[in-house]
Amino acid sequence: MKRWGKVLALVAVAMVVVSVAAIAAPKTWVVGFTQVGSESEWRTADTISVQDSITNDPTLVMVYSDAQQKQENQIKAIRSFIQRKVNVILFTAIVETGYGTVLQEAQKAHIPIVMIDRPVAKEDMHYVLTIMGSDFIKEGEKAGNWLAKYLKDNGIDDGSTPIDIAELQGTTGAAPAIDRAQGFRNIAKDHPNWQINHSQDGDFTSSQGKQVMEAFLKADPKIQVLFAHNDQMALGAIQAIKEAGLQPGKDIIIIGMDAVKGMFQAIVAGEANCTIECNPLLGPQAVQAIHDLRAGKKLPARIWTIESQFDATNAAAALPTRQY
Amino acid sequence: MTSWRSLSRTKIVWPLIALGALLLLNLFFTPHFFRLEIKQGHLYGNLIDILKNVAPIMLLSIGMTLVIATHGIDISVGSVVAVSAGAVAILIGGDLAGHPKYPIAVAMIAALLVCTAAGMWNGMLVSRVRMQPIIATLILFVAGRGIAMVFTNAMVIWLYAKPFAILGQGYVLGIPFSIYIVAFVLLLTFIFTRRTAVGMFIEAVGINPTAARFSGINAKNILFWVYTFSGLCAGISGLIVCSTVMSADGNNAGNLYELDAILAVVLGGTSLNGGKFYLFGSIVGALIIQTLTTSIYAIGIPADVSPVVKAFVVWAVCLMQSERFRTRIVRVFVRKGLSA
Repeated sequence: MKRWGKVLALVAVAMVVVSVAAIAAPKTWVVGFTQVGSESEWRTADTISVQDSITNDPTLVMVYSDAQQKQENQIKAIRSFIQRKVNVILFTAIVETGYGTVLQEAQKAHIPIVMIDRPVAKEDMHYVLTIMGSDFIKEGEKAGNWLAKYLKDNGIDDGSTPIDIAELQGTTGAAPAIDRAQGFRNIAKDHPNWQINHSQDGDFTSSQGKQVMEAFLKADPKIQVLFAHNDQMALGAIQAIKEAGLQPGKDIIIIGMDAVKGMFQAIVAGEANCTIECNPLLGPQAVQAIHDLRAGKKLPARIWTIESQFDATNAAAALPTRQY
Repeated sequence: MTSWRSLSRTKIVWPLIALGALLLLNLFFTPHFFRLEIKQGHLYGNLIDILKNVAPIMLLSIGMTLVIATHGIDISVGSVVAVSAGAVAILIGGDLAGHPKYPIAVAMIAALLVCTAAGMWNGMLVSRVRMQPIIATLILFVAGRGIAMVFTNAMVIWLYAKPFAILGQGYVLGIPFSIYIVAFVLLLTFIFTRRTAVGMFIEAVGINPTAARFSGINAKNILFWVYTFSGLCAGISGLIVCSTVMSADGNNAGNLYELDAILAVVLGGTSLNGGKFYLFGSIVGALIIQTLTTSIYAIGIPADVSPVVKAFVVWAVCLMQSERFRTRIVRVFVRKGLSA
């Protein structure tokens, strides 16, 4: 009888120890991540970065949902995250509107929402803890500043002779297209001799960029600078410039954006001059934000991505490390 | 007058007039639009750009013409373009020094085989499973891009193998090489459909498949091969698209091309109700679309307005095609003339 009592006591002690350990041990956090789909190379790099950063972190567990470009899939995914009582939701919005109800449900369940890259509409933003992503206006300004410095360093810009600039815009109405154009113009307005003589929609694709550049060159063979809203268009335009018998990078200064691998190769080959990074590798910063959240730190309402710029001075060195 | 009447009844006249009007507009609004120079041993100018950039749409519209003639439609062609580009790119490989992984000819043939198989899939669904064409081809419209993404690993693959560039960027006798490809495919298709009874069979199936079957035409096989041919055309088109920019982009290659191809066929005078088809009309239709695009760039119409301009031109050309509209207009003018 006594023996049974001892066993019971032991079991009881063991149970207490286990449950205390369970509470004290670093509980893993479950992260729900709903991505828009795989619409572009940039998005693929973004998805992989976030997934890898979370799965490589032993204290985090990821529940992933690919919305395949459909909002209803995404809303369903967020609802299922709420039911599973995840600790935090990472979320890239497909469109801006229509998420109010489901975000409110998340708020009632006390699940913080961290948005990545694409925000929801302003009136729903108060459900969201923070948004991380690129500052497109700043990217446009960087391009402008780079150009100003390059022109000055090479003695091309004397402040009065007109500089003939062509611009390949991103898809009409897309946020990066609007903001990058704006940012570039913020700098251009301080240089009255910069003339953006040609500006067309290149749809963010190389084939469209090439076609538009072909037409630009027929209308005006004296273009000096090409500012493309992404590298794909710049790379397409480079081919058009070559076909016109001009030397890209020398006869026409070429500035792209996003910093994709192909553009690095073009810069190293001397066929392009500069690319402003639009960093899709948001994973590490997202994981950092989650840890800050766990530690009870207050997150800023906006987390800017760390981004740099590359030209002939640093492209060759950075090329081997580029992941996308 | 009588000769004008008989001329105005031939379908090809109206798209030609529209094309002429577009070019005339450029004569006034775009200085140097018609200027041709010789640069790097080939012709250089806006007109050459039009020819070079229209080739992929022309190829699609040749296949699409036959499909539409059978009272069908193939909305998968844009995605098949991406499949073709993805397949050829992955087989040639993105080696910086330009050494292809597999011989370029092998890569091209493999890509064409994949696309022909895609066409066969469509053809099987339409002719054997008897799915409605728009639904049958919707499957590959969606899945095609997925297949292309699997090929390219959802990345843009850049190619550096120089010989492959001939397809989309090369010139023969000063004229873009891609136009010779179009001419070759067009000629073969024309001979095969118009110098044999095949063209009539296709039209018969389009007008009334049951009657066609009773008169001894194997409607099922006609349908099957027409979609297969459309897949092959999309494959060739994809090779040119890939070669033009030396890259394969699973997301964007051939995006919305199916609409341009359908539009080219309709502008060319072939009815979506099937029946009579006009191969050369479709070619002119494709030229109208590309001339319009190039004109918009050349005139410098702002990006945000250009879709409206495009829509207006398409609307006007479609109205011109309508016989009922034309007779109404004529009647209005005649009445005015009488009362004056």
